[in-house]
Amino acid sequence: MEILFAIIIGVLYAAGIYMILRRSLVKLIIGIILLGNGANLLIFLLGRITEGAPPIIPEESKVFLEAYADPVPQALILTAIVISFGLQSFAIILVKRAHKVVKTDDLDEMNATDEDS
Amino acid sequence: MKTLILKTASIYLLPVLLVFSVFILLRGHYLPGGGFVGGLIAAIAFVLHAFANGLSESKNLLKIHPGFLMPLGLALAFLSGVAPVIVDDPFMTGLWFPDPFPVIGNVGSALFFDIGVYLVVVGVTLTIIFTISESA
Amino acid sequence: MLTAILLGFLFALFLVFAGKYFKGRLAVVSALIPLSLFIYFASFIPRIASGEVVTSNYEWVPSFGVNLGFSLDGLSLLFSLMITGIGFLVYVYTSSYLKNHQYLDRFYAYLSVFMGAMLGLVLSDNIISMFVFWELTSISSFFLIGFNNTSEASRKSALTALGITGFGGFSLLAGALLLGSMTGTYSIIEMMTMKEALAGHEFYILAVIFIFGAAFTKSAQFPFHFWLPGAMKAPTPVSTYLHSATMVKAGVYLLMRFTPVLGDTNFWNTTLIVVGAITMLYSAVHTLFRTDLKGVLAYSTISALGILVFLIGLGSQGAFLAAAVFIIVHALYKATLFLVTGIIDHQAGTRNVTVLAGLRKVMMPVAVAGFLAAISSAGIPPSIGFLGKELTYEASTHSTGMVILIVAAIVLTKILLLYAGFVAGIKPFTGKLPEKFTKVTMPGPLMWVPPLLLAILGIVFGIFPSLIESSLVKPVVTALGKDASDIHLALWHGFNTVLILSIITIAVGILLYFILKPSEKLENRIGKLEPVSPESILNKLTYFFGVFSKFWTNVFQNGYLRNYVTTIVLFLVILVGYIFIGNSRLVIDHTKLSQITAYELAVTIILIAGVFYTVFTRSRIGAVAAMGVVGLAICLLFVFYSAPDLAMTQFSIDTLTVILFVLVLYRLPKYLVLSDYKMRIRDGILSLTFGGLISLLALQVLAEPVNSDVGDFYAKNAYIMAHGKNVVNVILVDFRGTDTLIEISVLAIAAIGVYGLLKLRVKSSDRPN
Repeated sequence: MEILFAIIIGVLYAAGIYMILRRSLVKLIIGIILLGNGANLLIFLLGRITEGAPPIIPEESKVFLEAYADPVPQALILTAIVISFGLQSFAIILVKRAHKVVKTDDLDEMNATDEDS
Repeated sequence: MKTLILKTASIYLLPVLLVFSVFILLRGHYLPGGGFVGGLIAAIAFVLHAFANGLSESKNLLKIHPGFLMPLGLALAFLSGVAPVIVDDPFMTGLWFPDPFPVIGNVGSALFFDIGVYLVVVGVTLTIIFTISESA
Repeated sequence: MLTAILLGFLFALFLVFAGKYFKGRLAVVSALIPLSLFIYFASFIPRIASGEVVTSNYEWVPSFGVNLGFSLDGLSLLFSLMITGIGFLVYVYTSSYLKNHQYLDRFYAYLSVFMGAMLGLVLSDNIISMFVFWELTSISSFFLIGFNNTSEASRKSALTALGITGFGGFSLLAGALLLGSMTGTYSIIEMMTMKEALAGHEFYILAVIFIFGAAFTKSAQFPFHFWLPGAMKAPTPVSTYLHSATMVKAGVYLLMRFTPVLGDTNFWNTTLIVVGAITMLYSAVHTLFRTDLKGVLAYSTISALGILVFLIGLGSQGAFLAAAVFIIVHALYKATLFLVTGIIDHQAGTRNVTVLAGLRKVMMPVAVAGFLAAISSAGIPPSIGFLGKELTYEASTHSTGMVILIVAAIVLTKILLLYAGFVAGIKPFTGKLPEKFTKVTMPGPLMWVPPLLLAILGIVFGIFPSLIESSLVKPVVTALGKDASDIHLALWHGFNTVLILSIITIAVGILLYFILKPSEKLENRIGKLEPVSPESILNKLTYFFGVFSKFWTNVFQNGYLRNYVTTIVLFLVILVGYIFIGNSRLVIDHTKLSQITAYELAVTIILIAGVFYTVFTRSRIGAVAAMGVVGLAICLLFVFYSAPDLAMTQFSIDTLTVILFVLVLYRLPKYLVLSDYKMRIRDGILSLTFGGLISLLALQVLAEPVNSDVGDFYAKNAYIMAHGKNVVNVILVDFRGTDTLIEISVLAIAAIGVYGLLKLRVKSSDRPN
C-alpha cells in the first residue's frame, strides 16, 4: 500500500504544480489546494502508516498495550488541514477581489497593470 | 435552494448537530474528536441552516456576529494557558480537578483550552462563509 | 562596574523625558556624569598599579556563554580615564559651544550613549558583549556625525562612517564567533591562557584577519581611512571626543587587547607594521594639502593612529611603552587642537587656515593652549610629546630587521606631523591680525579653560613624567604581556642616536613650516588624484554593485508567478534528481509493506481519477466537485490508516471548501485557455517529473529507519501527565498548546483578512483604467 500512497502523493504534487503554472487565477487556487493535500499525505506516509491502531489509549488502560500509529504526524496534519482552510478562503477572496478590481483573470496581465500604475 | 424539505429538516438538524458538535468537543480528550472537529461541525450546522432558511434567518438565530466568537475563544484559550501561572506553574501547565465529573469526565485547563479552540473555529468559519455569501 | 557603564545610557534615557531642562543654563550640570565616572575610575589607580585586575561578572545569556564580564586592567583603566576625563571637558565645552542649540539635549543624549558604550567596550572581557558595545559606539557616532541633519553632506558622511565601521563590526562578530569556537570560551582572559594553541590553529590567520578588519576600519587605517575626514562634518566637540581622542582609538585598543592572545607572530607583526606605516605616511603627506583646519587635524589623527598600529606591530616592550605614552600624548594635544579649532570656528566663523592669522591679539589664553599643544605635537621639550617621540624613535631603532626603512618612515611622519601641529596650533595666532578679525571676541571660560587645561597637563606630564609612570603607563605594558618593572620615564635620555633624530625632526619640521604655506593651489593639486583614492573606488564599486543587483533582480524577480515556480521546481528537480540518481539505493522491502486490499485500490483509483478530472475539465463546477471527491478519498485513506481525527477534520474542511467555492464561483471568472499547447506540454512534463521525484523520495525515506521517540514520549505520558487518552488531541491542547494557541490566532487573522477584503470598498480613483 505504501507504493500506492507514494503514487497518489506524486500525482497530487504533479497536478498541484501543473495547476499553479496555469495563468488562470481559479486554477492557481485549486493547484494550491491539491499541493496542500499532497503535502499532508506525504507527512502522513513518512510518519509510517499503521492499519487499525489509532493513537487512542484503550478504555481500561493507562498506557498503550499494543502497537499504535504515531500521533505526532497526525497532530501536525490536523493543524495543517485547518490552517489550509484559512489559506484557501483568504486566497479565494483575494482572487475575487483582484478580479473585481483589475477585471482580468490572467495572472500575466495583473503583473502588467502593477507596473504601469 | 430553499426547498421545503431541507428547510423543515434543517430546523431540527441544527440543534441536533450542535449538540453533536459539543459532544465531539467534550469527548475529544478520550476518543476521536476535539475542538477543531467540533467547531467545524457546529459551523457546518449553521451553514446548512443558512442554506435552507437564508442568511438573515441564521444571523438572527445567532444573535451576535460570529466574528465575536473569535476574540472570545482566543481569550478563553489564552486564559487557560495563563491560569497555571497564578499558582506558580509555568505557562500552559495542565491543571486538573482531582475527581472526574459525571458525563464529562476529568475537567482541567486543557478542556477550557479546547473550548477556546472550538469557539475560534466556529467564529472563523462562520465569519468567512457569512461574509462571502453576503457579498456574493 | 556595570552601574558605571549603564550610567551613560540611563542619563540618555533620562534626557528623553527631562531634556528640555538641560537645554539652557543647566546644560553644564550634565558634565557631572563624566566627572563622577572619572573620579570613580581614578580611585582604581592604586589597585591597578599594584598589578591587580578588577573583574566583575553578570550572567546574561548563560546558555550561550555570553555574560557581561568586565575586567579592569592597566589598558582598560587608561582608556576609561581618557574617555571620562576628556568626556568631562568636552561636556563642559559643549554647553558653551552649542549654547541654546535647539537640540542640545539630543546631543548630550547621543554623547552619553557613546560614553557608556565606549566604557563598556574597553571594560568588556567577553568578546560578544564587547561586540555589542562596539556597534553601539558606531551607531552613536553615526548620530553625532549626522547631528546637523539638515545638511546633505553631514548625512552622507554619517552614512559612510556607519557603512565602514559597520563592516568592521561585522568582521569583529565573525572574529569573535570564530575565536569562541576555536577556544570554547568568549572570555579574553581565558583566551590568553591558550595563546600557544591559538597560534598553531588552522584558523589562526582567518581570526586575525577578522580582528584586523574590525580594528582597521574603526581606527581609520589605510585603505579604510576616508570615513574619518568625512566625519569632521560633526560639531567640533564630537570630532574632539569621538574622532580623535576615544572612538577611533577603539581599534587600537582592540589590537592591544588581543596582543596577548593573538600577537607575537610573524603575520600579526608584519601586517601591523606595513599597514601602520602606509597609513601614517600617507595621511601625514595629506596634511600638507589641506586648508581646512579640521581637515589638517583629521589627517594628522589618522597618521597618529597609524603610528600606534605601527608600534603595536613592532611588538617589543619599548614599542608598547611608546604606544602607551603616545596614546596619552596624542589624546592631550589633539583634543586641545580640536577644541582650539572649535573656538576659532565659533568666534571667527572660518576654519580656513590661509586666511586665519594674528588671533593671539584677541584670544590670548586660546593662543597659549594652541601653542603648548603644537609644542607637544612637535615633540619639543619639555612637553610630554618629546617623551613620546623619544620612546617611539627608541623602539624603532631597536626593531628587528629593516631598521633604516622603519626609522626613516617614522622620522618622516613626525616631521610632517610637526608641520600639521604648527599649522593648527600656531599659524592662526601669529602674524598680523587681518582687518576683518579685529572684532572677534574671547569666548566664555567654559570654552577656553578645557583646552588650556589639557595643554598645560601635556607640559606638566612632560616635566614630571613620574606622575604617569607607575600609575598609567606601566600597567598598560603589563596588560600587554610584557615585564614593566625596569621602565623609567625621563625627559633626558642622554646624548644618543635618538636625540640626534629628534633634533633633525624638529629642525626640518620647523623649516618646512616656514617654507611651505598652506594654500588652495596645493589643495586643488591633490584633488586631481581624487578619482584613484580609496573613497572614489568604493563609491564606484557601490554603484556597480547597485547596477548588477538591479540586473539580477530583473532577471529573477520578473513578476510572473509562473516563472518563479518554474525556476524553483526546475532547480529542485535538477539538484535532488542529480543526488538521487548518483546515490540511488532504492530497495523496496516488500515484506515490510502492508498489503493492498481491494477497497484501498478502489479508493486510490477514485482519487487519481478525481485529480485528473480536476485538472483537465473545462467546467469550473466540475473541477470543484472533483476536488471534493479527492478530499473525501483522502479522508477514507485516513480512516483506513488509524487517523480518525484527521478523517473527521478532513471531511468537515472538505465540505466547507466546496461550499466556499460554490458560493463564490459564479463571481469568479470563467476558465480561460490562455496558454498554448506547447506550453502545456512543457509544464506537464515539468510537473510530472517533479511528482515522480516526490514519489521516489517518499519511497526512499520509507526504506530508512524511523525515529519515533517524540511520538512514544507523548503516547506514554498522555494519560499519566495530561489525563487524556486521545493522544492527538492531547498533543494539540496540552503538550503543544502554545502552538495551537498561535495557530488559532492565525486562523482568526485570516478570517479578519477575509472580512476586511470583502467589506472594503475600492474607490473609483484606485481603479486602474
